[in-house]
Amino acid sequence: MPVAPIEVRMTVNGVERRAAVPPRLLLSDFLRHELGLTGTHVGCEHGVCGACTVLLDGAAVRSCLLFAVQAEGADVRTVESLTGPNDELTAIPAAFRDEHGLQCGFCTPGIMMSLAALEGDAPVEHEALVDAIGGHLCRCTGYRNIVRAAERAIGVAAGTGEEARDG
Amino acid sequence: MAEGLARYVGRSVPRVEDERLVRGRGRYVDDIDLPGQLHGAFLRSVLANARIRSIDATAAREAPGVRLVLTGADLGELNAPLPPFVPDPNMRNPRTQLPLAVDRVRYVGEAIAFVVAADRYLAEDAAALIEVDYEPLPAVVDLATATAAEGRVHDEVPDNVAGDVHDSTGDPDAVFAAAPFVERVHVSIERSTASPIEGRGINAAWDPDAGRLTMYASTQAPVPLKGGLSRLLGLDPDRVHVEAPDVGGGFGSKIMVFYPEEIVVPYAATRVGAPVKWTEDRWEYFVAANQERRQIHDAEIAFDAEGTILGVRTRFLHDGGAYTPYGSDVTHNTATHVLGQYRIPAFEISGQVVFTNKVPVSPYRGAGRPQAVFVMERLVGAMARRLGRDPNEIRRRNLIPKDAFPYETGLHIKAPVTYDSGNYEEAFDEALELVEARTFRSEQAAAREAGRYLGLGVAPYIEATAPARNEACGARLDEGGRLVLAMGLASQGQGHETVFAQIAADTLGCGFEDVAVRTGNTAGEDAGIGTFGSRGVVMGGNAVALAVRELREQLVRFAADLFEATPADIGIADGWVSVAGSPQRRLRIATLVALAGSGGADATAEPGDDPATFEAARRRAAVQGGPTTFEAHGQADLPAMTFASGVHAAIVEVDPGTGGVRILRYVLVHDCGRIVNPTIVEGQVLGGLAQGIGGALLERLVFDEDGQPQTTSFMDFRLPTVDDIPEVRLAHFETPSTLNPLGVKGTGEAGVIPVSAVIAEAIEDALAPFAVRVDSMPLFPDEIVGLIERARQATAA
Repeated sequence: MPVAPIEVRMTVNGVERRAAVPPRLLLSDFLRHELGLTGTHVGCEHGVCGACTVLLDGAAVRSCLLFAVQAEGADVRTVESLTGPNDELTAIPAAFRDEHGLQCGFCTPGIMMSLAALEGDAPVEHEALVDAIGGHLCRCTGYRNIVRAAERAIGVAAGTGEEARDG
Repeated sequence: MAEGLARYVGRSVPRVEDERLVRGRGRYVDDIDLPGQLHGAFLRSVLANARIRSIDATAAREAPGVRLVLTGADLGELNAPLPPFVPDPNMRNPRTQLPLAVDRVRYVGEAIAFVVAADRYLAEDAAALIEVDYEPLPAVVDLATATAAEGRVHDEVPDNVAGDVHDSTGDPDAVFAAAPFVERVHVSIERSTASPIEGRGINAAWDPDAGRLTMYASTQAPVPLKGGLSRLLGLDPDRVHVEAPDVGGGFGSKIMVFYPEEIVVPYAATRVGAPVKWTEDRWEYFVAANQERRQIHDAEIAFDAEGTILGVRTRFLHDGGAYTPYGSDVTHNTATHVLGQYRIPAFEISGQVVFTNKVPVSPYRGAGRPQAVFVMERLVGAMARRLGRDPNEIRRRNLIPKDAFPYETGLHIKAPVTYDSGNYEEAFDEALELVEARTFRSEQAAAREAGRYLGLGVAPYIEATAPARNEACGARLDEGGRLVLAMGLASQGQGHETVFAQIAADTLGCGFEDVAVRTGNTAGEDAGIGTFGSRGVVMGGNAVALAVRELREQLVRFAADLFEATPADIGIADGWVSVAGSPQRRLRIATLVALAGSGGADATAEPGDDPATFEAARRRAAVQGGPTTFEAHGQADLPAMTFASGVHAAIVEVDPGTGGVRILRYVLVHDCGRIVNPTIVEGQVLGGLAQGIGGALLERLVFDEDGQPQTTSFMDFRLPTVDDIPEVRLAHFETPSTLNPLGVKGTGEAGVIPVSAVIAEAIEDALAPFAVRVDSMPLFPDEIVGLIERARQATAA
């Protein structure tokens, strides 16, 4: 049953946000329906599929397994932050487009955010990329082009073209 | 073959969809919030088979934030059995469900009540307050014993048989009686689920003043939904608008028409006079979105000593679930795909669609075909063993040769089953080459020396694609000269906006970037059926070609008049309209549209237009008057069923200690006729392969003896992850279809069809030293260990 809302404050994609939210409101629902950041998708609400992945203080987390109030004081980044100020694509989404790393696009934002958590350490070894992608479910692509996109964006073979391909 | 389709068709043009999707700007149903938005939640049955003694929603109606509670009784006359999506004469006991169950539930997850509240959390709170008094009944769960079960899914159907399927060709009785050899197999395929990462969802809004219903739905079939809704709700079709915005995958499970939710949610919107949104959660998807695959076959194959297949027979049971909205549709696919690429003179298939107390069954990508290929290739395996021959030698020997097309199978399921075209032998050879079959036996022997168990599996298959005719496209040139296509056909990630723009740009002679495609929207174009059965590019693509061809003719006639030339001399290329023999006399398409719209008055020349030509054309347009608009409609009413084909092959390694299976290499040779966008086709095929691997090694829906689903999250039902996908070697053949102007065949389901058959044979081959037989799918590691154990015991006994 509903209880009194709780004041929460966090930084989302560089903008400070304050709201009074029910304590049971999921972070994913807060981002999507309170802030209108619908790029974060919800695929299972069990923490398995990874579609809802966002960065919380730089770490990839499942926003469906957190309450909004748990993000108090945190720095949150969502898929919307992967597009630059002039609407230009940053390396990760550009690589997903260029490698046909998505079909329906529903799981894509979560996967890109897991990779974004590694972006600061680029170039990233193949095994670490596969490890990050391994926490996500995609039902459309069969993953090959997702791996290629990850390699192209932040892998050790990034920018060298063919070497990034595993097939 | 269509001419002039060269600039974009056949090229891996980047997808236009991706620009919004990678920015997180896709617009999926749950992303759409309308003014005054309310939210709904369903109460669903917790028992598989039970009478409902009473439903008490009093507390729910009084719960905080609740605006409406609907039970079956509240729906009045609307709560009648939903119309079947596919009416079917084979069904002796067709049954569809009520929008909301009233006095009986027949599967865990069946909808009983719907609550509308200020937000989803409050709606779920209130739904939990509804009290249902159940009287449990024995559940019918096991397919093998369902026809003799104690329980009844429908009281008036004592044997739980919904319908019968039968077809045959040749004289199977005579062939089997006289055959030198006959081998038999008993095979079993488990139940599975499509599992798109986005579940189903609906947002319906009712405008009481205009009497207009708008529904956004995560569906593969907005057009039939619109038609059905207007009938069921008694609304003028002009006042019902259905849109499938971005859809997060479907794979068959998002086309049922009608799912109960698809009528209850819009009805609730009309009752509260505000938009009502329902977003399916993952548990709901596992208990309420249609499933498929479960079949049991007893099959036999007749052959001679040379390795020629003389006949095939199979009797099967098909798990239809609690209701049969699709009739025997899936089993028709099974019946048409057993023979596959083989020339087999005698065939008989007969089976029963059986009710069980489980989620209803409708097609899931592959849709009855993977089962058929599994049956056939298990038979070929048994035959090869009996003859002591290589199964691939037997396959090669029995393939339909290239010169035998069009090939009549002699089957008649809905329509005569005739393969339009194919190149089976070359594709088969290519697959063996790519998987390195010739050197595999020495590779295998060396591995066994080292204590490793490798095996080879191969399976050719066909895919009857585009099973239903008719799809439509509206085309027009907008004021800026841009080609705008409107289609009811919906996309769930297949890249329709891109593929259709490629076809349109080549057909008109304009740039790809000058085409805008809107799909899945009944506002612009509402003829057609939906996206299923690998029919998008066949029916949709040809509708586009027809519409744009008509539009092109309009433009050519107009240009001929302005240029004072004959239409035959007008050419359109790269967005320029010019006169043959004098290429300097050219104008932009946009310029011609401007001249047409204003009778020349307001038109200005576009950069690059020939000034003299423009002036002459403007004078001519003024004389002609106007305005002239360019608009056309294309309806692809083409013969149903083109036959795509392919061959898969794999090398696997099995660890006999753990039962673990690792796919070392996988080969996929594929022929879907003319390819519009190679990258997109590869993506479709690879995605299908991943689902096939899931179906072979990872995914199984489990129900306990009471019909309680035990797999209701992605923790219990394991989809493939990146680690499960092997290296894939791909090759394409392009044998054009003879049945449509573009020469295309469907490709959506190809990747999934033969995978179980390939993996089964490879496991069996790897474990040949143990004489293991694989007759079921999927196979989990513990089951493989069990097979080895049983084989050992059998040898010892």
